[in-house]
Amino acid sequence: MAEEKERKGEKKYKYSVIVPTYNERLNIALIVYLIFKHLRDVDFEIIVVDDGSPDGTQEIVKQLQDLYGEDRILLRARAKKLGLGTAYIHGLKHATGDFVVIMDADLSHHPKYLPSFIKKQLETNASIVTGTRYVKGGGVHGWNLMRKLTSRGANVLAQTLLWPGVFDLTGSFRLYKKSVLEDVISSCVSKGYVFQMEMIVRATRKGYHIEEVPITFVDRVFGTSKLGGSEIVEYLKGLVYLLLTT
Amino acid sequence: MKHIVKILSLLVAISAFWIGLLQAAIVPRSHTWLLPIYFVVSLGCYGLLMVGIGLMQFPTCPQEAVLLQQDIAEAKDFFKHKGVDVGSD
Repeated sequence: MAEEKERKGEKKYKYSVIVPTYNERLNIALIVYLIFKHLRDVDFEIIVVDDGSPDGTQEIVKQLQDLYGEDRILLRARAKKLGLGTAYIHGLKHATGDFVVIMDADLSHHPKYLPSFIKKQLETNASIVTGTRYVKGGGVHGWNLMRKLTSRGANVLAQTLLWPGVFDLTGSFRLYKKSVLEDVISSCVSKGYVFQMEMIVRATRKGYHIEEVPITFVDRVFGTSKLGGSEIVEYLKGLVYLLLTT
Repeated sequence: MKHIVKILSLLVAISAFWIGLLQAAIVPRSHTWLLPIYFVVSLGCYGLLMVGIGLMQFPTCPQEAVLLQQDIAEAKDFFKHKGVDVGSD
C-alpha cells in the first residue's frame, strides 16, 4: 500500500474527524452524511465521542456504522458528560490519522468546508488551520444584535489583551497536525469555550504556524443549545487566566 | 517569555517615558499629569470603535441557512431506506 503511494509520487494523508456529541440523535446522522459527501476522495475516519446521551445518539451511530463501516465511523463513548477538552483527548487516543479535525455535531459547522481546511494545510504546511467566522467569505447566521455585540466585544477584548494572531479565538472548527494537537492539548486546563481560546493562544505562544480559512456558522438548527447564562463571567475569568499563564 | 511579562514591560516602558516627560518638563507639567488619563480614555475609545466597526461589518450569511435546510433534506432522503432513523424527536 505504501509502495503504491510512493510510486504515484503523491503522499496521501489520513484525517481523523473527532465529533463530540451529547444528545445529537438527529444531527449526528446528518453530519456523517455530509462529511462523506464532501470528503469523497479523502482517507478519513469519524470518531464520535458520545457522553452517554440519554436520547439514543449511540444507537444512531451504530446504525451508521452498519451502513458505512466500523473502520470509517468509530464510536468511542464515555459514561457521562465529562467536558469538551477531555472528549478531544479521548478521541485523540483512538485517532489513527495524520491530521485531526475537531468540529461540532450540531450542524453549526458545515462539513463542506473540510476540503478548504485540507487544501490550506497542504498549501502552507500549517500546523493548525482554524475556521474563522469573522472575515469576508465567512459569516454567522442566526445571531441577534445582542449576540453579535457580545461576540464582537469579547473578540476585541481578547485581541487587545492576548495578541493571539488569529481573528476568531473561540471558534472550534479546526484542523490540527496530530502531533501538534497532542502537544497543545496536554498543556490546556480550561473548560468550555475558554478551552478553545486556550488551545489557539498556547499554540501561538509555542510558535506553531496557524492559518485561517473563512467558514460560515449557522446557529443551531436542531437540538437544544448547551450555552448557559453566566458565560460572560466565565469568559472574563478565562481571559485573565490566559493573560497570566500563557 | 510569558505574555504578561511582555505587557508589563510595555507598561513599564510607557511609565518610564511618562516620568521622563514629567522630569524634563518639555511639555507643561499640568498636561503631563493628565497623560495617563488621556491614554486610558483613548484606549477605551479605540476599543469601542473597533467593536462598532466590527458590528457594522459583521458578516452574515442568511443564504447558508437555506442551503443547510437543503442539505438536511438531502441527507434525510438518503437515509430513509438505509436503516438509519432520522425521524424528528
